[in-house]
Amino acid sequence: MSIFEYNGSALVAMVGKNCFAIASDRRLGVQLQTVATDFQRIFKIHDKLFVGLSGLATDAQTLYQRLVFRHKLYQLREERDMKPETFASLVSAILYEKRFGPYFCQPVIAGLGDEDKPFICTMDSIGAKELAKDFVVAGTASESLYGACESMFKPDMEPEELFETISQALLSSVDRDCLSGWGGHVYVVTPTEVTERILKGRMD
Amino acid sequence: MTKQHQNWSPYDNNGGTCVAIAGADYCVVAADTRAVGCISPFTGAVRQKLGMLRVISHLGMFGGELSRADKSLMASSGFQADVRALQKVLAARHLIYQHQHNKQMSCPAMAQLLSNTLYYKRFFPYYAFNVLGGLDTEGKGCVFTYDAVGSYERVGYSSQGSGATLITPFLDNQLKSPSPLLLPAKDAVTPLSESEAIDLVKTCFASATERDIYTGDKLEIVVINADGIRREYMELRKD
Amino acid sequence: MAKVEVDAPPKGGFSFDLCRRNDMLSKKGVKPPSYLKTGTTIVGLIFQDGVILGADTRATEGPIVADKNCEKIHYMAPNIYCCGAGTAADTEAVTDTISSQLKLHRYHTGRESRVVTALTLLKSHLFRYQGHVSAALVLGGVDVTGPHLHTIYPHGSTDTLPFATMGSGSLAAMAVFESKYHEGLSKDEGVKLVCEAICSGIFNDLGSGSNVDICVITKGQKEYLRNHLSPNPRTYVSSKGYTFTKKTEVLLTKITPLKKLVDVIEGGDAMEE
Repeated sequence: MSIFEYNGSALVAMVGKNCFAIASDRRLGVQLQTVATDFQRIFKIHDKLFVGLSGLATDAQTLYQRLVFRHKLYQLREERDMKPETFASLVSAILYEKRFGPYFCQPVIAGLGDEDKPFICTMDSIGAKELAKDFVVAGTASESLYGACESMFKPDMEPEELFETISQALLSSVDRDCLSGWGGHVYVVTPTEVTERILKGRMD
Repeated sequence: MTKQHQNWSPYDNNGGTCVAIAGADYCVVAADTRAVGCISPFTGAVRQKLGMLRVISHLGMFGGELSRADKSLMASSGFQADVRALQKVLAARHLIYQHQHNKQMSCPAMAQLLSNTLYYKRFFPYYAFNVLGGLDTEGKGCVFTYDAVGSYERVGYSSQGSGATLITPFLDNQLKSPSPLLLPAKDAVTPLSESEAIDLVKTCFASATERDIYTGDKLEIVVINADGIRREYMELRKD
Repeated sequence: MAKVEVDAPPKGGFSFDLCRRNDMLSKKGVKPPSYLKTGTTIVGLIFQDGVILGADTRATEGPIVADKNCEKIHYMAPNIYCCGAGTAADTEAVTDTISSQLKLHRYHTGRESRVVTALTLLKSHLFRYQGHVSAALVLGGVDVTGPHLHTIYPHGSTDTLPFATMGSGSLAAMAVFESKYHEGLSKDEGVKLVCEAICSGIFNDLGSGSNVDICVITKGQKEYLRNHLSPNPRTYVSSKGYTFTKKTEVLLTKITPLKKLVDVIEGGDAMEE
């Protein structure tokens, strides 16, 4: 078993027209046993910046705490929020610092940058950045998600269509992955509002 | 000297992806033509691509020609040596059947035969992942999906091989078939028209080729319906 | 008072504090994760006026293409670029650190960086980590002593060559170079040959794919041709598009309006006295 398969997770982020969406499943398991069905993998860094952490849940939570800490230091010093690009570099640096003893965690970063330009990015567990213009995925359901997103994604979607697409991609992917599922958690972020939705999915 | 052989395996995986979709009066079976072989024992990473046909019918299997009398099509991925051996066994068994009964084997019968042939080698299996498609005795489309040791199921659509994990979720999303536990039993065939099904297959493969390195080169689509059988090709990414 | 270790911005260098835990996990039979690799074709050659570097743009994670259009030609100095193959994080990190060391060195000396300086810094970094930093590099540049091309292996050994290839597609690319390279190539011939070598990697090696990136460095000039060729577009897009048969069911919706930022009017009304 790979360490990424210990808790199970599915994460996906997509870019729309001046907006982005980030979604995750809600399962926390210990191998095949489901422990929690309302688990949070997506965290808010500031109003227009979200990070999703797939992989080993304990590392995800520790890493999240360190990221929040570093972001707060930045806010105090600079009196502004971090740009998504800057934040991605920060996450990458924190992960690469532990090159030879990594956090078992694969992050997905999504945010609105300057002039509300959407930015999405994922990394491996040692901080190799992978920037994409369309969608990024992570977690145990990543192969299914790649297939689903590759077929369903269209460029320049409006928020409502983006929500439907990301939700359908997420739900059909987690149904083929036994380590993730139990509904979904979707954030759609536009320049004016953040919409958080909880999806109904198969509970098995 | 013996030390060099401790990692030797009788199996290899040559990759490849297969998809089959059954409709009310047709069946689409498709596969990519890429096969991947390890060319150097020292650098497993350097793999070479070999072109090949993956979808076969049991009448014209060696020449690759299709015949109007064909009732079932098989697409396989996995270890090509085993796939070829399996195809040969099936062709021989089919020939005997034709001589004994003076007719073509129906698709469900071929499905059972394939299952038996695979299970016969339960403890040294054929490393082959198959889908079998065709028309059943009522002329309805049927698809059978297998594991390597012969467990099989009649379904409305199926995908096997290296890109199956990428394709299956999208097929689920578009063709969600009714649960086999429903009473009264519902047909597993998909509601799409033939051209829609072909379009769907093309999209699936184009997407899988984008992300799966073992899938690509060319897509071979074989359609079987009441009018007969036909084969078409589509280009895929070649990198 | 016990020393409080503040998790402040690090001073640099690796942290090994999770190694024991991760080692314990792998002894218990949990497999460590695989990293993002650039199973790559990277090449470089010297032509009559300088150096040409080339790379494909595929990054893989196992059998899956993780990034279809990544950048593998990294900036080192204005006159030096470096192609990276191997673990993506390592090639990225090693070129970044050495690039900043070179910049500091330029501030210190006030001269253009030399390719050998970059080479020495890279190889000593890689040698220090005994191959654990798995970066295989093709380093090229033009400095005061002329054009230079080097390859650097993960363990820190280096080669100086007129034409070089690296990565999983290196054999395919080298086959092209060996049959067609000659001294004194013109720029157009050089770019064409590099394209051909990279394409050979793209089409014959599964780890390489997508587009061709090229960087031409000549005396006092450089041209970075990002996606110089795109020989692999998507082959099929459905004309009708897809609709979803069943709408997603939503259990709960929470909408948070974001505060509008205050507009600052420059040179606005003067304050009352």
